[in-house]
Amino acid sequence: MKAPINRIIPFSNVDGPGNRMAIFFQSCPFKCMYCHNPETIQMCIGCGLCVKQCPVGALTLEDKKVVWDEKKCVQCDTCIKECPHLSSPKIKWMSSDDLVEEIKKVQLFIRGITVSGGECTQHRDFLVELFTKVKGLGLTCLIDSNGSYDFSLDEELMNVCDGVMLDVKATDPSFHQKLTHSDNELVLKNLSFLLEAGKLEEVRTVILPTFPDENEQTVRAVSRLIQGKCRYKLLRYRPFGVRKEGLDFCGQILASQQEAEHLKEIAFLEGAETVII
Amino acid sequence: MTKVHQIISDTTLTYHQMMLSLAKLAESEDSASLPRTPEELEALKDGILCDLNEGLVPFRPRYIIPDYAKFMKQGSAFLDLKAPEDLWEACNSLLILYRHVPSITSFPVYLGNLDELLEPFVLELDEKTAKKCLGLFLTNIDRTLTDSFVHADLGPKESVTGRLILELTEEMQLAIPNLTLKYDPEQTSDEFAQLCLKCMLNTAKPSFANHSMFVEEWTENYAIASCYNGLTVGGGGFTLPRMRMYETALKSSSIDDFLDNVLPHYVKLMCQFMDKRVRFIVEESAFFKSNFLVTEGLLGLEKFTGMYGMVGLAECVNYLLNIKDPKQGYGNNPEADALGVRIMARLDELVSSHVAPYCDAFGHHYRLHAQVGIDSDGRENSPGARIPIGCEPDMASHILHSTKFHKYFPTGIGDIFKFEETWIKTPEALLDIIKGALAGGMRYFSGYLENNDVVRVTGYLVKKSELAKLDNHQQSLNNCSIFGVGARDTSDALDRRVEAYEGTD
Repeated sequence: MKAPINRIIPFSNVDGPGNRMAIFFQSCPFKCMYCHNPETIQMCIGCGLCVKQCPVGALTLEDKKVVWDEKKCVQCDTCIKECPHLSSPKIKWMSSDDLVEEIKKVQLFIRGITVSGGECTQHRDFLVELFTKVKGLGLTCLIDSNGSYDFSLDEELMNVCDGVMLDVKATDPSFHQKLTHSDNELVLKNLSFLLEAGKLEEVRTVILPTFPDENEQTVRAVSRLIQGKCRYKLLRYRPFGVRKEGLDFCGQILASQQEAEHLKEIAFLEGAETVII
Repeated sequence: MTKVHQIISDTTLTYHQMMLSLAKLAESEDSASLPRTPEELEALKDGILCDLNEGLVPFRPRYIIPDYAKFMKQGSAFLDLKAPEDLWEACNSLLILYRHVPSITSFPVYLGNLDELLEPFVLELDEKTAKKCLGLFLTNIDRTLTDSFVHADLGPKESVTGRLILELTEEMQLAIPNLTLKYDPEQTSDEFAQLCLKCMLNTAKPSFANHSMFVEEWTENYAIASCYNGLTVGGGGFTLPRMRMYETALKSSSIDDFLDNVLPHYVKLMCQFMDKRVRFIVEESAFFKSNFLVTEGLLGLEKFTGMYGMVGLAECVNYLLNIKDPKQGYGNNPEADALGVRIMARLDELVSSHVAPYCDAFGHHYRLHAQVGIDSDGRENSPGARIPIGCEPDMASHILHSTKFHKYFPTGIGDIFKFEETWIKTPEALLDIIKGALAGGMRYFSGYLENNDVVRVTGYLVKKSELAKLDNHQQSLNNCSIFGVGARDTSDALDRRVEAYEGTD
């Protein structure tokens, strides 16, 4: 079994406790306006538009598939900028053994791995296989998820997963719909389920510069629920890497530190105990 | 204009710096007392051998590591000081002694394991008073021992003194003294290690030394001095000339010729050069005969060794493999790294088989040292066994590379990592990395945040604001600021790769 891997970051200090290897899977069912790496959203359809644009000839079209020559690539990201389908030709199809080899190289320095994306739960069977092997190395396995997968129905995955870092982008259903082009019913169900199951490692909400009421509504609702049981991370929206449609919706400026501090206070008032900006 | 005239009319030199320059000049005038052979002169001219400005007639060992614990117990007859009885006396006595500890820089390169020395006295006082006293002690050191090679050690155990020194170091933001934490996860608590890390990110010190590795080689009785030099307490390093590996490689016709002929030839030449200097320091200069540090037992001749320095392994390897682009070479290329290991194993074997005078405690052998480079090295010889600046791979690969080479250098080697500011929020993540690095065989780990004023150049610390003073033709109190300007301008030493935020969104 192989899965499409967009990127591996050997050392990450922002994807769960301690130093971890972060593995990014390709494809996501959400289409968030503020996505910073929109090229992870769709699988490549082999249209070949990027091939002609590559300045160093690192891309070729073979059997209606774009082939990427990693050695020639200079990481200029022209292909990603040119792709109209929110995808990337720079994907590696890797087996769990391939990943375990990469993990072993840095095993001394990390506490565990965090799988992210895209939306890694799109590759659920692969995760079960990978986590089983990684736990054998004595490392922990965390999932970073948008909550679009029903964790309560997957005991097998939960048994090999040490925790989930869940994005709660908005608690208001219609705003969530506008923001992500998707429903949030399952996200909120997951929030309650993971909290009950003791598998909620962290909740994350992106603070937007132009939607103060929606920010506050989400922060209040999440804080009221999680109380002191899990960490709450408030991430400030950054316009870097965001596509035009998203910039039009979310704005061209960073969410202010002041707004983040204000929301942190609100989170405390609602009972959240560990809030990180 | 004569050289003397040039020195005494230089408005960027402080009075003390002027005096040291004049002394250095006088020392370089005497080529008769310890003559150099034509072969040595040629190797010096070719840039293969470098005497690191030690002067023609050495009159003291280069690095001196007094046994300060002994001094605290016995005081000093020569200095007319009794054993101190409280923190004020202890700090005062140490400050007096420091002024009498020579070295290549004429400042002490080692101030002692400060937490162990001062902890009994600190515990007798309330914390506020103790902190006041330690603050004055550190201010005095920074303003009077005005040289960044002045170095103090902490650890491995947590202590009140250690914690107060860390707090003061962060508050005061001083370049002097350099600091090392002797780190051993078995003995150093995670909490104390994280305090050290926070201080390191904010002030570029302390660095983390692999305690168990040093203990295995040197016993518990070791010190980290100057940049990152491992030496024995009560002893030190007689001399530290350097072999510049790139220029050495230029003399060879092939890899085999380098390993079989060229390297052995120049190692022999340099060892003999060191032998002469060691004999001269011991037999001709007055130091070991009359200096009170020796006569009062704070130093013992038998605890000294000679340090065999080297620089430019990266450029040597790349030259021998005909690699033109350093980004494709040593540090980023398994073949180049394997050759690097082969060269180090050979160098180690050659240096270890030389029988040296007076290094009794080390079986009469010199020990290898990865020298941090001097500004005139430019980009042709990277420090020691380091990967050239601008060619550093990702941090994981970089550390794994270092672990292959650090074991060869008991008298010191280290790597520096520059971090983006998010790392200050996650000291536990950085501690994971350091624990892994040391467990994997890394000897010495330094780091700092990219936007600091106090930064680590190659092994020593400078303040960027002090470099700016020299840029504006003003004086800088710290003797090392001028080296910092040189290393910044000729070796890009402040432009290391930054370990940046790269997480999920």
